[in-house]
Amino acid sequence: MTLIEEAGVGGIPPQPEELAVAARREIEGRSLGRIAWDRLKRDKVAMAGGVLVILLILMAIFAPQLSSLEGQDPNSLNGTLIDPNYSTPIGGMGGISAHHWLGVDLPNGRDIFSRIVYGARYSLGIAGVSTLVAIVFGVVIGMIAGYFGGWIDNVLSRLMDLMLAFPVLLLSISILGVLPNTAFGLSGNSLRIALLIVVIGFFSWPYIGRIVRGQTIALREREFVDAARSLGASPFRIIFKEILPNLLAPIVVYATLLIPANILFEAALSYLGVGMREPTSSWGAMINAAIQTFQIDPEFLIVPGMAIFITVLAFNLFGDGLRDAFDPKASR
Amino acid sequence: MLTFIVRRLIAAVGLLLVVALITYCIFYELPQWAGMTVDNLASEFVGKSQNQDALNGVIDRFHFNQPFFVQYYDYVKAILVGDTYSDGTQLIHCNAPCFGYSFRNSEQVWPTLLDRFPVTFSLAIGAAVLWLIFGLAIGVISAVRKGSILDRSVMIVALLGVALPVYFVGPLIWMLDGFPAVSYSSFLSNPLSWAQALWIPWVALAFGYAAIYARMTRAGMLDALGEDFVRTARAKGLSNTRVILRHGLRAAIMPIVTMFGMDVGALLGGAVLVESVFSLPGIGYLAINSLGQSDLPMIMGVTLMAAFFVIIANLVVDVLYASLDPRVRMS
Repeated sequence: MTLIEEAGVGGIPPQPEELAVAARREIEGRSLGRIAWDRLKRDKVAMAGGVLVILLILMAIFAPQLSSLEGQDPNSLNGTLIDPNYSTPIGGMGGISAHHWLGVDLPNGRDIFSRIVYGARYSLGIAGVSTLVAIVFGVVIGMIAGYFGGWIDNVLSRLMDLMLAFPVLLLSISILGVLPNTAFGLSGNSLRIALLIVVIGFFSWPYIGRIVRGQTIALREREFVDAARSLGASPFRIIFKEILPNLLAPIVVYATLLIPANILFEAALSYLGVGMREPTSSWGAMINAAIQTFQIDPEFLIVPGMAIFITVLAFNLFGDGLRDAFDPKASR
Repeated sequence: MLTFIVRRLIAAVGLLLVVALITYCIFYELPQWAGMTVDNLASEFVGKSQNQDALNGVIDRFHFNQPFFVQYYDYVKAILVGDTYSDGTQLIHCNAPCFGYSFRNSEQVWPTLLDRFPVTFSLAIGAAVLWLIFGLAIGVISAVRKGSILDRSVMIVALLGVALPVYFVGPLIWMLDGFPAVSYSSFLSNPLSWAQALWIPWVALAFGYAAIYARMTRAGMLDALGEDFVRTARAKGLSNTRVILRHGLRAAIMPIVTMFGMDVGALLGGAVLVESVFSLPGIGYLAINSLGQSDLPMIMGVTLMAAFFVIIANLVVDVLYASLDPRVRMS
């Protein structure tokens, strides 16, 4: 069949007009990435999400500069800004003023703006690194399940299904709750960060794993994999050299969609008191503190709540757009 | 069908044992890997103020000094046939589903879990009904009116809903309602105040789920409505409603049924976030409170119970699926 088609194409000599048109339009080879980028550029919503994501990352990187621009830092206490009679920030609106752009928190009067910009470091950093952990586990296990099939696939797939269905929040709370304050040679903040990264990464790899498995099953039947196999390449080589490069696009897409999920995960754990703790200004920990005084000072809760909301939304918009750009058929 | 159910049941029991093992490892082994001594761990279990006798009792009771599998066997055995604890001064008998004994509060885990369960159940079922109705309705209408202003605005709301954490939405709804002071009372004693206390948590919890379900329903409906059998149904002259509901929705609803079962199962094990936002005395709230007191046996009980519900939900969904789709049974 293919032979006939090729013969047919080769058999018709190119007409002069066609050659001229081709020369004028200058044939341009477009890679898959290039095609996806062109599609993404046209998707305004996704681009807005992407710009917002970049701004948020810049905000996390330049947190000290932004704080000093405002003239505040996240940890100094301003007891004088709290009304002693009502224990709310003086001046209403959560204490918003020219010196404190987003007001001050309760009960210590710390500057909310600088706590938010520093908090972005914890939110984005922990979500980003734990997503990397999830990708490493998910890609390796997903490829093994998809490539080898049989009982290996059965066991690993069941495991992924189970983990996806599990009340992971409870298990994470348990793990983070039972561990002492000094463990594995770490303590304090660095221990909390390390634990959060490991726990969130561990519970979110099946999400990536399932997608990678599906793609690997489709890829392993392709001719170039057969070719590599007949040349005597080892499964290890085929998996990492032949299949993995073809998985880059879906991995990037689903990593972008996993980051916001992990931001919510970290915020939930910190909100519940097992993640980042006072005086660290994680957004979840801020909500934990703010919810106690929500009735008298809603502004204190609304700011970190909006920070989480905007960040998650930005990543979701960008990730959805990226997915549509790489795979228009998967669009919802 | 019967062999299918039996096979699934055996698998579920096996899964429960594995989950019990994982839970066991998290609570008894993980702290030791992290560098806790047996004495430390025992004092975590009984509370810091306990004397050495109590500690020894606990160490003895949990066989902390014995091999791992002896400890695990004992733990599972207690759940099946009950157990007797010593807290240093007296003996406590713990009846058959013995999920442990809370030394901090001198209470058994299982009766406490049973006591808290109605709250979690009320919360989960109420929210589930809300999000299923709204999610499906919005999804179907959006798919049928694809591209209309209604579809676009509803999908924007759904997109926002996915990004709004419940511990932010909850207080906001509470604020919009003017901070009503409510406390939970059981449905049997006072249905009206039961609903009054729960409606904000229901809405807060259902909001995010409804957003996800609406997006999924819409996507599934769009796929289904593009199928040949829908065209055939239309060609037969069936009414539009009938085509959409009996042919379109019927085909689109299967993955949603699965997800619904799993989500409800997961919630029955404790809606940790919502319960803690609204201080609803359910299982999730119990877990968070116990965490604050380092009441490890209690958290362990909650975790196991949650796992139990997820596995049961998995079983129910599998059987339901198999009864609706004969192809599943064969494989």
